[in-house]
Amino acid sequence: MEQFINFAYIIAAVLFIFGIKMLGSAGTARRGNLISSIGMLLAVVVTLMKGGLDYTWIIAGLIIGSAIGGLCAKKVQMTGMPELVALFNGFGGLASVLVGWAEFAKDPTFSGDGGKIVGVAVVLAILIGAITFTGSLVAYLKLSGKIGGAATVFPMQKIVNAGVLLSIVVIGILFVISPSAGLLYFLIALSCVLGVLGVIPIGGGDMPVVISFLNSCSGLAASAAGFVIFNNVLIVAGCLVGASGLILTVIMCKAMNRTLANVFFGGFGAIGAKQDIEGEMKAISTEDAFYVLEAAQSVVIVPGYGMAVAQAQHVTRELGEVLESNGTEVRYAIHPVAGRMPGHMNVLLAEADVPYEQLCEMDDVNPTMETVDVAIVVGANDVVNPAALEDEGCAIYGMPIINVHQARTVFALKRGQGAGFSGLVNTLFFRENCRMIYGDAKETLTNLVAQFKE
Amino acid sequence: METLLLLLFVFVLAAFLGFELIQKVPSQLHTPLMSGSNAISGITIVGALLAVEHTGEMGKWIGFAALILATINVVGGYMVTDRMLGMFKAKSQKKK
Repeated sequence: MEQFINFAYIIAAVLFIFGIKMLGSAGTARRGNLISSIGMLLAVVVTLMKGGLDYTWIIAGLIIGSAIGGLCAKKVQMTGMPELVALFNGFGGLASVLVGWAEFAKDPTFSGDGGKIVGVAVVLAILIGAITFTGSLVAYLKLSGKIGGAATVFPMQKIVNAGVLLSIVVIGILFVISPSAGLLYFLIALSCVLGVLGVIPIGGGDMPVVISFLNSCSGLAASAAGFVIFNNVLIVAGCLVGASGLILTVIMCKAMNRTLANVFFGGFGAIGAKQDIEGEMKAISTEDAFYVLEAAQSVVIVPGYGMAVAQAQHVTRELGEVLESNGTEVRYAIHPVAGRMPGHMNVLLAEADVPYEQLCEMDDVNPTMETVDVAIVVGANDVVNPAALEDEGCAIYGMPIINVHQARTVFALKRGQGAGFSGLVNTLFFRENCRMIYGDAKETLTNLVAQFKE
Repeated sequence: METLLLLLFVFVLAAFLGFELIQKVPSQLHTPLMSGSNAISGITIVGALLAVEHTGEMGKWIGFAALILATINVVGGYMVTDRMLGMFKAKSQKKK
């Protein structure tokens, strides 16, 4: 039986591998997800065949978990996706912590076959899992606006973090040498604290990096849990997730021209240096904006987090449609880190039925920007800030941006005159060719659409 | 010790495989890839199932909690990814 189960685990691992591979390209993604879910089902079913399990508890747990997970997945709005992914991620991390803990409860002296190695694995599963758990919770709270999204920094933050990490290492070593429940609780508590400390100094604009990094961590935690119970399928599947999550993290970092270390230790967005900018922000009414748009040949729409906040994705698509029926070429330019998670804008616009062909990546749009009549910036800020190209002293210098400032006219939809998320003043808004349309993005766009329909 | 080395070997191979699998992902798939792989990380569910067998009140409760959390991660993760990818698909179909 044992052999049969292990053989089935191998098949499950193969299904995961195919699943992830297929998730990487548009045509096969949905089937890939299905295949990987079949792998998961297989892994669960064969595990249940192992004798001596307590099925009453298992069935209860499976039902409760499925109900909660299924309900969340059905109910969530697409604008709420980043929060949900963060939350699921956190649950996965906590589950790994508990698996490590349960192993300790079963064999408190690690006297089994694995010996001290199991102890080391327990420490790792708890450390990585707990960081994933509390880190994801903080990310969830920030994303859902339950706590402020800005970076929280306090004096000697790095020293405190280093101190916590050092204590974890020391306690971890002590725990492996002579396991005790007290040390275990201490370890769990400190790891949880480290997760919180690690994520609070990271501001909302860096969330895509954090989310994909935590995703990677949840995989590694599962892998560590695999070493705890000497289970191949946990190790393989967890490691695959860890690796793919890391790749995504690196892609996100590149899109911001920053290193991972810089994101985590930079405390970015907390400092708002005053810049001197010439010129002033010029407002335009929706009526005037309509005349300009009506005459435009080519329009590029640049969505950002503000579009998600205003829930304006549907009306954005409507505007795109009326513009098209007016003979205008419409494209959507999407910055890789626009929004709060990787691919955030793509998901929202897909929900609003924007045709796939109209979604353009930054590198494809930028060379054509000079021929664009109007660029409409819907709630994006830092990703269109030309200071990133020009001002060496600015915090986002070097980050590739969508060069809307090269378009003939720019309309920036914005709630007020305040600085963007990063705390930086956007020099785009002071340019000669830029006009501000103040107000709620959704209302403004609805207004524009209404005028087209008249 | 031998088992451990074997497991480490598997781990290292899986890491390289993971890096190879996803070299170039179009940005519109970033979110589904993330939530889909997030669901896979719920494989801890297997560990949780095995933990429930443990005798002793404490271990059982811990295993039970782990099971619920991992199940949420797995079921929710797969379903929401499927829902998302369904939207992508419906769109390209609509676009004749």
